[in-house]
Amino acid sequence: MPSKDIKLNEQVKLQNSVSFAKRFKGVDWRDYIVYIAFIGVIIYFSVTLYDDGFLTTSNLLNIARQTAMISIMGVAMTFVISTGEIDLSVGSITALASLTAALALKAGLGLLGGVAVGLGTGLVIGVVNGLLITKVAIPSFLVTLGMMGIVKGLAMWITDTAPVPIVHSTFNFLFGSGDIGSIPILLVWTLVITVIGHIILKKTAFGRQTLATGGNEMAAKFTGVKTSKIKFLVFVGSGLMAGFAGLLYAGRMHAGRFTFGEGDELSVIAAVILGGTSLFGGVGTVIGTVIGSLMIGTINNGLIIMGLDVSQQMIVKGLIIILAVAFGRKTLKK
Amino acid sequence: MQQPLLSMEGISKSFNGIKVLDSVNFSLHKGEVHALMGGNGAGKSTLMKILTGVYTADEGEIFIEGKKVSINNTEDAKRNYISMIFQEFSLVPTLTVAQNIFLTREPKNSIGFLNEKLCNEKTKELLKELEVDVEPTDVIANLGVGYWQMTEIAKALSQNTKILIMDEPTSSLTKKETEVLFDIIHKLKEKGISIIYISHRMDEIFQICDRITVLRDGKKITTENCDEISMETVIQHIVGADLDKAFEWKERVYSTEGTPVLEVKNLASGTKVKNISFRLYPGEILGVAGLMGSGRSEMVRAIFGIDPIDGGEIFVKGKKCTIKDPVDAINVGIALIPEDRRMQGLILQHSVKENIILPILSKIKRGIFLDNRKANDIAETFVKTLNIKTDDIFKTVRLLSGGNQQKIVLAKWLANNPDILVLDEPTIGVDIGAKTEIMDIIRKLADSGKAVLVISSELQELLAVSDRIIVVHGGEVVKELKRKEIHSEEVLQHAIQGH
Ligand SMILES: Nc1ncnc2c1ncn2[C@@H]1O[C@H](COP(=O)(O)OP(=O)(O)OP(=O)(O)O)[C@@H](O)[C@H]1O
Ligand SMILES: [Mg+2]
Repeated sequence: MPSKDIKLNEQVKLQNSVSFAKRFKGVDWRDYIVYIAFIGVIIYFSVTLYDDGFLTTSNLLNIARQTAMISIMGVAMTFVISTGEIDLSVGSITALASLTAALALKAGLGLLGGVAVGLGTGLVIGVVNGLLITKVAIPSFLVTLGMMGIVKGLAMWITDTAPVPIVHSTFNFLFGSGDIGSIPILLVWTLVITVIGHIILKKTAFGRQTLATGGNEMAAKFTGVKTSKIKFLVFVGSGLMAGFAGLLYAGRMHAGRFTFGEGDELSVIAAVILGGTSLFGGVGTVIGTVIGSLMIGTINNGLIIMGLDVSQQMIVKGLIIILAVAFGRKTLKK
Repeated sequence: MQQPLLSMEGISKSFNGIKVLDSVNFSLHKGEVHALMGGNGAGKSTLMKILTGVYTADEGEIFIEGKKVSINNTEDAKRNYISMIFQEFSLVPTLTVAQNIFLTREPKNSIGFLNEKLCNEKTKELLKELEVDVEPTDVIANLGVGYWQMTEIAKALSQNTKILIMDEPTSSLTKKETEVLFDIIHKLKEKGISIIYISHRMDEIFQICDRITVLRDGKKITTENCDEISMETVIQHIVGADLDKAFEWKERVYSTEGTPVLEVKNLASGTKVKNISFRLYPGEILGVAGLMGSGRSEMVRAIFGIDPIDGGEIFVKGKKCTIKDPVDAINVGIALIPEDRRMQGLILQHSVKENIILPILSKIKRGIFLDNRKANDIAETFVKTLNIKTDDIFKTVRLLSGGNQQKIVLAKWLANNPDILVLDEPTIGVDIGAKTEIMDIIRKLADSGKAVLVISSELQELLAVSDRIIVVHGGEVVKELKRKEIHSEEVLQHAIQGH
C-alpha cells in the first residue's frame, strides 16, 4: 500500500543500523541462562574432576555420544512444544523403531530397507498422533500418553521382549558405533539435525508459523495460518526423529531392544524447557535445546565420575534443572 | 486550596533506559472526575500502573490525604482503596460473571465452603445498579466484549473503592451503555468516590470530567478545569500541533455501475446472523452500524471463514466463492482486522516485526528461506507510515501501548495488500491523532480502488469515512442510507435505535 519513496528507504536503513546497536544494549542475560549454566557446569567439573579425567577428549566425546539421541529428539520436540503441545510417545517410539529396523535387517532388506522401516515406524506413529490431535481434537497430552503405552506394548510384543541383534556392520557404523577420524558419528548426526532444525525454526515460514500457532492460536488462525496443518506436521516430525533416535540406539548397541529410550520423553522435555523454549508455546530455540541436553549429559557424566550413586545423582540433577529454570524466569516487574 | 485526596509528585519511570514518564505531577480531589489524556504511548497507562502498584516508579512520591504512601504491589493499592479497570481486561474467561467479580474475595459459608448463592445475589445487585442485562451465572467467554467491561466495572465497584481508575472504559461500549456508565459515574461522584478517567474521546471528557491533565511524551503538559479550556486547545496539547478537520466528510466519486467486488446474498451463520445482503463496490467505503450484539462482528467472521456459513452466497468480483476458512478468504483478497486485537489480532509475546510479516510470509521468501532484510524493510516501512511508537521493530508487542498495538494489526493486513479490507472497530483505543491517520488511510485505500467495509460503534467516525451505511439489527440489514442523505448524527442514531 504505502508507496516507498527513496528517501524513506534511506531513513529505514539508517534506523536499521541504530536498532542493531540497540539490540545488543538490551541483551537480557536471562535469555542465555542455559549457556551460562552450561559453561558453569563445565568449569566446575573441569576444576574439581581434572585429575579424574573429566576434561579429556575421550570423556567429552563420550558425553556427546550419550546425549545424541536426546538432542536429536529434542530438536523435533522444540517444534512440538513451540506450538503449545507435547509429545510423550517419543521414548516408546525409539524402542519400537530399533526393533522394526533390526527385524528388517535380519530379514535381509538391506541397509536402506532397515533405515526406511525404522524411520517409517516413527513416521506412521507421528501421523496417527497428528491426526488424532488435529482431526479428532483430543489434547496432545492424552493422545501421546496413550500412544506411549500402545507403542511400548507393541515393542514388547513383536519379539516377545527378546532383543534382536544386528550384524549389519555398515548399519552399525553409520548409526551409532562409527567414528569419522576421531569424531563420533553420533556427534555428526547431532550437528546435522541441530543445524537443520535451527534453520527451519528461525529462517523459514514454517518455523514462524509454528511459533505463531503456539503464541496465539486464535490470532494465527485469523491471520490465515493453517494451525491444524502446522500441528500435524510437528507431530510427524517428532515421530520421525524418534524413529531416527531408535536407529541410533540400535546401531550403537548392535541390537533392537524394547528397553531403549525408556524415560527419554522426560529427558527430552527437560532439555527443551531448560534450553529456553516456553512450555506454553510461542517461544522456541533449537540451539538452546541441544545445549540443555548437553548440560544434562554433562552433569550425569560428572556425577558418575565423582562417584555419586544413582540416588544422589538423581537428586543433584533435579536440583540443578530447577535452579537453572528458576534463574531464567522473567518477572514483569523490574 | 483544599488538600487533594491523592497527589503524585515528580514521578519518573524508564524501561530499558528509555524514559516514558518524566517527573510527572498529578493530583486528584475527593469526588472529582479527572481526565488523563494524551496520545498513544504518552505514558497514561504507565502512570496509572504505578499508582496501582503494577510498576514501581524510579523517582517520585505518592501522597494520599497528605500522607506519604508506598505502593509496591497491587495489594498495597487495594489497601489504599485504589482500584483500576485495566485497558487490557483482567477477567478469567472460563469463570462466570459472579465468580470473576468475587475472585479472591469469595463469600464463604460458616464451614468455609464457597457460598455461590450469596455470591450470585450480591452480583445481581451490582449488575442491577449498573443496569446491565447479564446474569451472574453467565460465563465470561460467552459474553461480548462490552459485557466484560461492565463486569470489570462491577468488580471494581464491589471493592469499597475511593479512587477508581478507568483506562479507556468506553472503548468497547455502545452509546447506550456509555450513557449507563456516565450515570454510574455521576452516582459514584455523589458518593464521594474520585475517578481518574482515561479516554481518547473528546466529547466524553467534556461531558463528565471536572479537570483535565494532558501528558505528551511522558511529560505533563498541563492541568486545567474543563470549563476553562476548549476542545481545540486540548487537542493541540495532546498532539503538539494543530489538526485539520479530519472528521469532516467529503463526498467521494466511485462507480456503482460495474460488478461489485464483494456481494453477499442472504448470508446466515449461527444464531446471530440471519439474513444479510449487501454489495460493496471497488473504491467504496461501506459503513456498518448497529448495536452491540446486532450480529455485525459475527457477519464479518462468517465472511472471513472463521464461523461456518449456514446459508446464502458470497461473490467476489462476480464469482461465487466458498469460504471455509480464513485461508480461502485471504486467497480471494479479503483481509479482516478483528475487533479484539489481543485475542484475535496479535501474538503478544512476538515482536512488532514478526507480527507484521505473519500474513505475508509466503511473499517474502527467497527459496525456502525468509528474506530477513526484506522483512525488516517492510516492518520498518509500516512502523514509519503508520507512525507506530516503538523503540524498534524488535520490541515485543505486549510492551507497546494499546493504540500502537492496534496500529500493528492494521499494518499487518495492509502489508498483505488486500482488495477488500474489512475493519471491525478499527480505532478502539487509538488516540485522536492516530484516529485521523487511520481514517485517512482508509480513505486513501478506497481512493486507490480498494473496497473497504468498516464496522464502528463511533458514529462520528462512521460518518466521517463512509460513502454508504447499512444498519444491522437482529442479524439482518434493516436499513441502507447514502451518506449524502444523513445530515446529522441523530439521523443515524435514530436509524440504529429505531428497531
Ligand atoms: N513493560 C514495558 N517495557 C517496555 N516499555 C514499556 C513497558 N510498558 C510500557 N512501555 C512503553 O512506555 C510507553 C508508554 O506506554 P503507556 O502504555 O503508558 O501509553 P498510554 O499513554 O497508555 O498509551 P495508549 O493510549 O496507547 O494506551 C510506550 O512507548 C510503551 O511502549
Ligand atoms: Mg494505555
